[in-house]
This record gives sequence, structure tokens and C-alpha cells, in this order.
Amino acid sequence: MADLSTDFLGIKSPNPFWLASAPPTDKAYNVVRAFEAGWGGVVWKTLGEAGPPIVNVNGPRYGAIWGADRRLLGLNNIELITDRPLEVNLREIKQVKRDWPDRAMIVSLMVPCEEQAWKAILPLVEETGADGIELNFGCPHGMSERGMGSAVGQVPEYIEMVTRWCKQNTRMPVIVKLTPNITDIRYPARAAKKGGADAVSLINTISSITSVNLDSFSPEPSIDGRGTHGGYCGPAVKPIALNMVAEIARDAETRGLPISGIGGVTTWRDAAEFLALGAGTVQVCTAAMTYGFKIVQEMISGLSQYLDEKEITLAELTGRAVPNVTDWQYLNLNYVTKARIDQDACIKCGRCYAACEDTSHQAIAMSPDRVFTVKDDECVACNLCVNVCPVDGCITMERMEAGVVDPRTGVTVSDDYANWTTHPNNPAARPAAE
Amino acid sequence: MTNSPFTPGIVPARLDAATLAENFADLHAPLDDHEALVAADRCYFCHDAPCITACPTSIDIPLFIRQIATGTPEAAARTIFDQNILGGMCARVCPTETLCEEACVREAAEGKPVEIGRLQRYATDTLMAAGVHPFTRAAPTGKRVAVVGAGPAGLACAHRLAMKGHDVDLYDAKEKGGGLNEYGIASYKAVGGFAQAELDWLLQIGGIALHTGKALGRDLALDGLRAEYDAVFLGMGLAGVNALRAEGEERAGVQDAVGFIAELRQASDLAALPVGRNVVVIGGGMTAIDAAVQSKLLGAESVTVLYRRGRDAMPASRYEQDLAASKGVRFVFNAMPVAILGNGAVTGVRVEYTRSEGRSLVGTGETFDIPADQVLKAIGQTLEGAPGGLVIAGGKIAVTGAGRTTLAGVWAGGDCAAGGEDLTVTAVAEGRDAAEDIHATLMA
Repeated sequence: MADLSTDFLGIKSPNPFWLASAPPTDKAYNVVRAFEAGWGGVVWKTLGEAGPPIVNVNGPRYGAIWGADRRLLGLNNIELITDRPLEVNLREIKQVKRDWPDRAMIVSLMVPCEEQAWKAILPLVEETGADGIELNFGCPHGMSERGMGSAVGQVPEYIEMVTRWCKQNTRMPVIVKLTPNITDIRYPARAAKKGGADAVSLINTISSITSVNLDSFSPEPSIDGRGTHGGYCGPAVKPIALNMVAEIARDAETRGLPISGIGGVTTWRDAAEFLALGAGTVQVCTAAMTYGFKIVQEMISGLSQYLDEKEITLAELTGRAVPNVTDWQYLNLNYVTKARIDQDACIKCGRCYAACEDTSHQAIAMSPDRVFTVKDDECVACNLCVNVCPVDGCITMERMEAGVVDPRTGVTVSDDYANWTTHPNNPAARPAAE
Repeated sequence: MTNSPFTPGIVPARLDAATLAENFADLHAPLDDHEALVAADRCYFCHDAPCITACPTSIDIPLFIRQIATGTPEAAARTIFDQNILGGMCARVCPTETLCEEACVREAAEGKPVEIGRLQRYATDTLMAAGVHPFTRAAPTGKRVAVVGAGPAGLACAHRLAMKGHDVDLYDAKEKGGGLNEYGIASYKAVGGFAQAELDWLLQIGGIALHTGKALGRDLALDGLRAEYDAVFLGMGLAGVNALRAEGEERAGVQDAVGFIAELRQASDLAALPVGRNVVVIGGGMTAIDAAVQSKLLGAESVTVLYRRGRDAMPASRYEQDLAASKGVRFVFNAMPVAILGNGAVTGVRVEYTRSEGRSLVGTGETFDIPADQVLKAIGQTLEGAPGGLVIAGGKIAVTGAGRTTLAGVWAGGDCAAGGEDLTVTAVAEGRDAAEDIHATLMA
């Protein structure tokens, strides 16, 4: 079994699987159950400033979309930050950290955008013995209407300012949680770094309406016939999260900034992908809310087996895919592939044909007895047939050998790397080095 | 309960009422809403789907399954009924394992086809339960058509003709319409009086007058119908039964399987139905299977199906064979009856093994006896009393194109017409297509 122990900003945990700040980490009871199940750490559900407790709606807080067999693919929520008294949360955090010293205990915070508010709460958190804090600049619903959450996260200057206040007022590591509800994730990440953040975590939830009730015409989840945008998460958001993590990991200004990856992590494989794109830990919520805390055991065994099979360490996995993330302009235009259909594996459903014929390049032929073959002189290697084929591995993209003529273009395939920056059709092309 | 499976002779009430009720319950429980969604999601929505090609009525199966998957089973039902007005019964009785589900690409991929038959039932049941008849009639044409036989072919023909605006007189020799749907299908495939309910639902289109107790050759003459109507469709099925031609066939306890099944279908009290302790069914088609399984379910101690050829040649599908086997029916292949034994009532069947010699079967000379107090003959039905003037081919009414007989203005379809498999769904297709041809001819 590979060693999964993690050191993130000096915060140690037996594995990189943390529970994200969310309903599952709202109180000691849940967190203790999570630790008993094997989770490496938690980010305690966001605390607000002292005073009258937060008020939540008394109708549904969650909406969802489902795939086959009602498999939950996406979840959204309109729940606010913790609605329990501050002192109760602090007392429980202190007790749990004392009882579980080997687990990471991060405390998520969201107070008004005034230095005094942050100055007031930081010592209280520090006193619990927590390992670090996470600044909730992400939640897109409710609190953002009061100038907190994503209202802060959407303004890089605010991020930098609040991060700096926190760094100046606590010795605890500061993780800044970013909202995806922006146009370019690099700007808030750079701001966090400038403010002195020790790490960023992302993504928070995405503004969303999960569905509309076609009888009542209320958005879901519906509160007395009306709805509001909630924060979207779960497997459906993973591709968005992976991209944002990668953008920060490869950005010249934020490269090397530790990242805690969040967004649709459901299996060990999802976690490994976040790690490969530069995350040092991952945070999970929806998968636990769907299946319970036990899923961490599959994550632990799966990631261990993978590292063993690859003969690499966890640290070696982190960031391993980052060098391969690039801009479109640097993709090798001399890489020529063609779709190949394995006739033995083909079940003759014809989906590749329908997709290619109706919506792509008319590059698949269909015989009267339902044999489907690729027309190399039409195939642009778009991959759509691979994506719609219901049989894994039946259609593959095969690279054309150098020296062979691509029947579509009539051009001889070269094994030289050549990209758009040097392409003759590019008005801004620079001459290739002689 | 006075009798048991071990009571000798042909007696009623071998099983208690609760067991009988359980035995004759729905063979496949209907899908509930969630099951239907899960089953529908498995459909790949194939291009030019093989299942459509395999369906004798060419139902657009991927479309109706997608309509179920998106929560509109009523629209799915409409898609089905557009092609097959008896889609409800076909969903229950079609040998889908040799038609649409055999062609399903998921059968090729993993041996588990999309459950097309059950999904079709889900859709058609939903619409029929709502009491909706989704078709209306075109403007009256003033044309009148006689349809003889209210079985699947006749019903499909009558409905399509009524839809086109023609007035239809639908005649049937029996007391009830429905044909084999009413009298010939195993009970557990069409529970709850479904055949009658479907007939009533179908007739909601209007313009169809059902006249029961009217047999061609007895109460009706083809010449008279031709004179009275603008067109005639013959779909009266096969009323005759083949003879065994084995010694002792006349003994008490020897019966036609079709009669046995019809009696069972019409029985109001299954416990009152007599069945043998040891039953031998002779034949290899669906009638043989249905008779054998139902004998077993009525409480026969042993039921043996005797088929003169090998398993692979058996007309009943492997699925049906396995169903029968799972109920405890024994199959004896490559064996034919040579004598019905007994002294008055039947006591057994003397059986001789067979082998193929060229195209014919011959006895090997090796014989054995099977004890039997009831013998059910299921060796095929024949056309009985075909009206003169029609050319007969291979024992059936010769047709060309969409059921045109050799007489002008007379069409035929279903089991009584030559060509096609003797399946409910085939009969529906033939009746429907004949109606379209009649319509085109009358309106030309």
C-alpha cells in the first residue's frame, strides 16, 4: 500500500481526502463520523461572526439533476453558512481537534468585508488549535447578497485585501477558496497570492438553477412557488473545476501556489486527476452527501493501488499532468489520426454513423448489412464517433505514421512538431527557426 | 381440496384456489414507472435500428422508448399504435426473443437486450388505462367493407378501414371477438380479461359493427358478401385441427390442445377445470407449449411434450422451451407417437424414436411407453371450409401483394392466408396492410 500521508502547508493528514466546508462538516457529530470512516481532514462548515444566528429557509435547500437509474449527477444548494452559534462551533472544533490530532482541521470563515470583523474572529479560531483557515469567497447564494462569499471572490482587489488582513492577524495558514462564477480564474488566484495566501482551494459552487417545475413554473428547489439560484456541485462540475485548477497551476504568476482541489470528486480516479493537475489535497462534498462517508475507503484503496502500479509517490503524482496543459496554439498540427472501428467489438448500433453523417463530416460508411467503416479521405479525427460509441474501446483514434499521405488532405504526414504559431495560414506566424 | 396432483384420471381441483391463482398470475409483472425509466435508458437509439426491421409491424421502437424515457408514455403508445393497433397484446404475446429483442444490439453486445416487450406494455397500458383512444375517423367515404374474423388480422384491418372513413361489418364465428387473443393465448400472458378490454378499446374508434356467432359457410356466404359490400377481408384463421393418425386416437382423454386452451381461457373457475395426472402433449409449436405449461400449472403431476424432431427444429423458441422446463414440463425430442394405449380411456402413449432420412422422418424401431391419462394434440391447425372460387396454396388462401386473393374485391390475411409466420403480430401487419390496399383500391 502506497503511503498517502499528506503535508499541505505544513498541515499533516493521513491521506489527501478532506471533506469540504459544507453541510457534512457542520458539527462534531458528523465530523467524528467522517474521521471514524477514514477521512484525512475536514474544512469545518463556514463560521460567521458572533451575533444572532444565521437563518435558513425552511423549505427545500437542495435541487438535483439525475442520470440513468436516478444517479445523482449534479446537486445545488441554497443553504447558508452555519446557523449554529459561533461559540458552539468553536467549542466542538477544539474538542474534535484534540480527539483527532492526526487529522487536518481547517476552519472556513466568512465575515463582513471589514478588517475589524476578521480581527475579531481569527483569535477565536486560533484558540481552538485548528490547523488553518479557509476564506469563503465563493458561495454564490444568499450571503453574496450581503456583500460576502462570491461578492468578495468576484473582485480581486477585495480578495487581496481580506487575505492580507488575515495573514497579518493570524499565524495560521490561510487558504483562499475561489468562486468559479468569474470569467478568468487566474485573476482572483493572483490576487490571493498577492495578499499572501498560503494556498487556494477551488472551485466553490457554480450559480445555477437545476430545473424548472413545468406545472408550477417555479425554479427548483422551490420555496413556496419561487426559487433562486443555488450553488451547483457534484460530478457534473468536475470538468470545469479541473480546468480552473490547471489554469492556476500553469499560470506564470501563480505557479507553485499550493492548491486544494474541489469540484465533483466522487472516486479515487477523480481525486487522482485533480492531484495530477496540481492539487495537493482534494476536498469532497457531494459524493459524501450522496453515498455517505464510507466512500473514502474506496478512494484510499484506489489511489494506493494506482500509485503502487505506477510506482510513484503521492508527491510525484501532484502536478504531473501540468506540463501537458497548454494553449491551443501550441498543439501539434502534424499529429494526424484517423478513427478505426474494431469490427469484432462493433455491435452495429450505428450511432457513430448517425453522429458523423448528421452532425459531422460524413466520414463513416454504412453497408446494407450494417458494417460501419471509416472513410479516411473524409475523417478529420474529431473523435465524436469515439465519444458516442456505447462500446468502450470499439472505436479508437490511430495516429498516421510519418511518410504516409493523409488521404483527406493529400499531405504527407510529418513527424516534426509544428503548431499554429508557425503555420503559413497564421498572419502572425513567426518563421520557423532555421 | 378433494384431489391432488397424484389423483389418477382427469379430475378438477388438483391444486387449491390460492395456488391456482398464483400459477395463472401475470407471467411478467408490469414495469413500474422507475423500472420503465431504467429499462428505457438502456436503449441506444440506434440509427436505422435493427429492432424496427425485426418487427413485423415495423414499430419505431427507439422513438417510443425515448418517449418513455422522457416521461411521455402516452406519446410512446401513440407511436406503437400508429403501426400496430394491437400493440398491447403483442407486447404480451410476441416472441420478442426471436424478433425485436433478438435484433437488439445489446443482445449482441452483452446477451441482455433492451426489454422492448415490457416497455411496449408499459406504454400501451398507460394509455389504455387512461381510457384514451388516440385515433379519430376520416370523413365518411360511403364505402362498406365486410371483415370476416375478429382475430388479430380482422381487428387490425377493421380499425384501419374505420380510420380511413369506411364503414365496417366485422363478423366472427365465436361468441366473442378477439380470435386467438381471446381463445388461444396462454392465460398467464393475457390476464385480467385483457383481450376483451383491448377489443372494446379498439372499437372506440367507431364505424365498426361487430357481429358474433356468424361463421363463413354457415351464416355467411362469400358471394353474398361480395355482392353486398364494396370489399371483403377474410381473416378467419384456421378452425380445423390436424389428426394424429396414430392407433387409438379416438380413446377418451385424447383432445385437441386448442380446445383445451380455449376452455381454460373461458373458465371462470380454474379449480373446476379437469386435467390429467399424467399429461402428454404432442407437437412443438406455441400451442403445445401453452397447453403443456397450463396443464402443469393446473396441477398435473407430470407433463411431457413429445416432439418428432430435434430441439433446434422446434418452432417454439428456446425461451418458451425454457419457460416450460422451469415449470416442470419434460421434453422428449426425436420421438413420435405410434399408438395411444388403453382400454377405453387412455392409459399411455407408445412412442418411437425418429431419425431423419433425407427430408423425411422415419422411425428407428425403438419404442417406449409413457403413462398418460390425458393426451393433448398440438400438431397444427388447418383451413376449414374455405369458400369456393379462392385458390388455395399449401393449405391456405393464396394471396399476392397486400393480401389480394385470386378473387377481385377479396383480401385475406392472418393465419388463413398463405405466407408469413403464424404470429399475432404478423396477422396484425397483414390486416393493416390489406386495409391500406383496400382503401387505395376503393378510393382510386
